[in-house]
Amino acid sequence: MSKMKSLRDVVVAGVAAFLLLAATPARAEDATVKIGNFTFGPQELKVKSGTTVTWTNEDDIPHTVVSPNNYRSKVLDADATYSFTFTTPGTYKYFCSLHPHMTGTIVVEAATGSVAPPQ
Amino acid sequence: MTDRDEGLNRRKVLECMTWAGTGVLWTVAGGVPASLGIIDEAVAAQQKGFTFLQISDSHMGFDKPANPNAKGTLEEAIARVRALPVKPSFMIHTGDISHLSKPSEFDDADRIISEAKLDVHYVPGEHDLIDDERGKLYLERYGRGTKGAGWYSFDADGVHFIGLVNVVDLKAGGLGNLGNEQLEWLEDDVKGRSSSQPIVVFAHIPLWTVYPDWGWGTEDGARALGYLKKFGSVTVLNGHIHQVMQKVEGNITFHTARSTAFPQPAPGSAPSPGPMKVPEDKLRSMLGIASVTFKQNEQRLAIIDTPLQS
Repeated sequence: MSKMKSLRDVVVAGVAAFLLLAATPARAEDATVKIGNFTFGPQELKVKSGTTVTWTNEDDIPHTVVSPNNYRSKVLDADATYSFTFTTPGTYKYFCSLHPHMTGTIVVEAATGSVAPPQ
Repeated sequence: MTDRDEGLNRRKVLECMTWAGTGVLWTVAGGVPASLGIIDEAVAAQQKGFTFLQISDSHMGFDKPANPNAKGTLEEAIARVRALPVKPSFMIHTGDISHLSKPSEFDDADRIISEAKLDVHYVPGEHDLIDDERGKLYLERYGRGTKGAGWYSFDADGVHFIGLVNVVDLKAGGLGNLGNEQLEWLEDDVKGRSSSQPIVVFAHIPLWTVYPDWGWGTEDGARALGYLKKFGSVTVLNGHIHQVMQKVEGNITFHTARSTAFPQPAPGSAPSPGPMKVPEDKLRSMLGIASVTFKQNEQRLAIIDTPLQS
């Protein structure tokens, strides 16, 4: 009886651990882009599908992060951040709508590793 | 260009200071660095002719190290306007009234600028259109009687003034942008006007290419200028680059005004065009206003840039 119970407990714990793992995607893939001296760094970033990319404005001047038809940040004053989670593989070109000479690219690869053709 | 680029000798500079009461005058007639003779002419014209003021890039709300008190320096600039010996006919503001398009920033600008007791004709800078609804606040306050994103024209003392908007719908990798709708309006606006009528065009970003690596130019500016070719006198006034720069090309004089908030570096002289931190005692020599005088029968308008402090 006590043996049965402990076995059941182990199974329950195992299932719970499995569910927990499944609900929490790998955090290691999150990535950052720094905005400084009117440039995006790195200018091109490769990430796996599902990655959240966070841009941080380190300039004294506001900037934006705009990928037409995909995403558009509000204006980012000094030290402000913007995050976007990429769920579809592809090549996402973006720019600052205030200073359009500032451009960057996020390349999103399928989680299995293959790169989808540019959108 | 800076004050020291012109050939004024010390005595003449001192005479200027006497007239200005405070600072060295930067005088340009048609973009040509001026001798005192031309300053005299400009002063004379200011007493007789038709004068208006240009103010630019007040960036209300900016509080970073390059100038923690942009409100204070705007107040100083307006005090300078009030102290002018001859009251100008009106003022133009070439954009970046605010830093982040916040209502409180526009409120501060309006309160301080109204102290000049002059009519003000505005065009937006890119900083004025970054509210959540991308320009709604600007148009509510300053857009009455304008077309599209805020462009318009008017006549004053025989001069035709055209305010253009080149900070909307910018394209990745590009420069300032006027767009087809505005350009067609411009073509129509000047059609049928006598080529002898002086034209003043004002917009935020320079309409001429100053430094494309920093986005200092307007993608379709040449098309706009093409519509103005037939006119004998065209003056183009811009802001955005927070420093005085000028050029003459045929009948067109280009000129950019200082900011009242913070200086920016000369093209290519820094890693980026960001706000330039200068020693506290130098700041006011790099901020200022411009007055523009039109004299009948003179092809070119006399432009005098006045820093807040020499």
